[in-house]
Amino acid sequence: MSELLELFELLTSPALWVAVLRIATPLLLGTLGVLLCERAGVLNLGIEGIMVAGAFVGWLAVWLGAPLWGGVAAAALAGAVFGLLHAGLTVGLALSQHVAGLGITLLATALSHYAYRVSFPKVTTPPTITPFAPMDWLPIPVLAAQTPLTLLALLLVPVLAWVLNRTPAGLALRMVGENPQAAQAQGVGVIATRTAAIVAGSALMGVAGAFLTLAAFNAFFFNMVNGRGWICVALVVFASWRPGKALAGAVLFAFFDALQLRLQQADGGGLPHQFYLMLPYLLSILALVLVARRAAYPQALMQPWRKGER
Amino acid sequence: MRLERRDETSRLALALAPLLAVAFTLGVASLLVRWAGAPVGRTWSLMFAGAFGSVFALAETLTRATPLMLTGLAAAVAFRARLYNIGAEGQLYAGAIAAVMVGGLHGGASLTVPTALLFAATMAAAALAGALLLLGPALLKSRLGVDEVVTTLLANFIVLLAVSALLDGPMKDPLAMGWPQSVALDPELELGRLIERTRLHTGLLAAIAAAVLLWALLRFTVWGFDIRATGANSRAAAFAGVPVGWTVVRVAALSGGLAGLAGAIEVAGRTGYVTLDMSPGYGYGGIVVAMLAGLHPLGVIAASVFVAGVLVGADSMSRAIGVPTYLADVMVAVALIAVLVAGLFARWRLRWR
Repeated sequence: MSELLELFELLTSPALWVAVLRIATPLLLGTLGVLLCERAGVLNLGIEGIMVAGAFVGWLAVWLGAPLWGGVAAAALAGAVFGLLHAGLTVGLALSQHVAGLGITLLATALSHYAYRVSFPKVTTPPTITPFAPMDWLPIPVLAAQTPLTLLALLLVPVLAWVLNRTPAGLALRMVGENPQAAQAQGVGVIATRTAAIVAGSALMGVAGAFLTLAAFNAFFFNMVNGRGWICVALVVFASWRPGKALAGAVLFAFFDALQLRLQQADGGGLPHQFYLMLPYLLSILALVLVARRAAYPQALMQPWRKGER
Repeated sequence: MRLERRDETSRLALALAPLLAVAFTLGVASLLVRWAGAPVGRTWSLMFAGAFGSVFALAETLTRATPLMLTGLAAAVAFRARLYNIGAEGQLYAGAIAAVMVGGLHGGASLTVPTALLFAATMAAAALAGALLLLGPALLKSRLGVDEVVTTLLANFIVLLAVSALLDGPMKDPLAMGWPQSVALDPELELGRLIERTRLHTGLLAAIAAAVLLWALLRFTVWGFDIRATGANSRAAAFAGVPVGWTVVRVAALSGGLAGLAGAIEVAGRTGYVTLDMSPGYGYGGIVVAMLAGLHPLGVIAASVFVAGVLVGADSMSRAIGVPTYLADVMVAVALIAVLVAGLFARWRLRWR
């Protein structure tokens, strides 16, 4: 009985839900980024590295004196640049989306680490910045403890859903992801549309990374992204490529992650802590397996398209 | 502007493509070296000397090339069948830990077995651990259509955490003073040295033999034909009677097994026990090696020596003039992308109209 009460208290404690939203934010931004790319028919495994680059560039911009939103913009720009490269390789040259994406991840990660070491050759403790403050002025309980980037991520959900489902641009994006030949016949430029979608999606991935250095922490560490990008690639399948479900998926996932942290603290050494840390990755695989049978992949996902070929 | 397939692909163009890619990589890296404020020419000469300049340097490069060769073969054979195994890093650790379980703890039993038998069991356990680890994602792909890239990537994190738990718990070395390191492999199982007073061990010969065997398998056997056919066009292969599902399972076992062996050979040849930093990304490096080699097993030998040379040379150069060692990671990534593009232009041409 007392355990049940404790669980109830845990589930209703604002602290848990504050943590859930904080953990969910980078996942949501990253998942929306992957979603944009994949709805246009292109897998973007560059996300893991683009998040590292976003985290680094955003933090560096602020450290050099830019305002916090300037850092966010710089991270988005860094993401967009790597997105453009990915688009050039996978859309322009129709190369393997798997290998090109991994190449982008390796390149973006290595460049960020190299640039960090060149800029700060001798530091042992990472230099810190003043991160985003919580939105205390907001009269909504759990949200008031979050930074504006979380609000931005939440607002992007309906905006993206509207753009995808209710605007000509969104229709074009979905067309090139489902049937590029038909899109071309309708006068939609497949290469331009796919490139735009990848650049926009990658910019979001950059912002997802920047959340880590500008809101969640106040410095740049190596390995700080730690597989979050790959988790986003799994979440987008779980979310059936829909923004609303992406929010639900990210929150559900973050809920388990936050719960795992608390159970780990409550457990006091019964199970090795590594088993709790494994949960997010196990859950991602489980999510993929659960939806596998009814996953409605965008029809042209991972299919290269060359103009004039049928 | 559009791409058009060349009527004839010249062998010269295909051979030149990787060289052009390497030249491009050196160009990009030179810009980065200048940005770091170091003299470009001296950086390259230091790097080359650090990788190939002396017997000791060469031995160090070949020592690093050994696991890369095996993970490179693991990636090459899997990618040939379009099974995108990105989990070689996890499979390497699984193999290493399985090797110590059998060859260090003797599976918990305190019986004495002949060294040769124990050695065979150790290597077999490592290969089996790696193979089983990839079999899951391969079956999920063929049965349920779950993308193997994501599952193998996520499995890497799970395996590393599991190894970490084992190093804290049942496989912890009681003499390691709290340092996370496993019990040691039986000293009798350690591989012999190829060159005195270096770390180069006979694992290199095993890796080269694996490359030659894999080449022969792909080139001359029915199974090799099945693998190539499945990768080229799995629907056409199935129509022609190739057992596609079974081929993918066997490729998964082979690929995961090779990566698992890489872990066991690292333990038996270099470290003697498992630590959490025993692989500086050999699993991911293997993918680059395989792509640089054009997925050709014999090409993997050369490509792994090249990548290992970059890594070892950068370490040595960085100690001398302070350009960050991450330069090596950048070069490996740029080389991967450049070789993809160069390979494309060897087969396709741009038409401006």
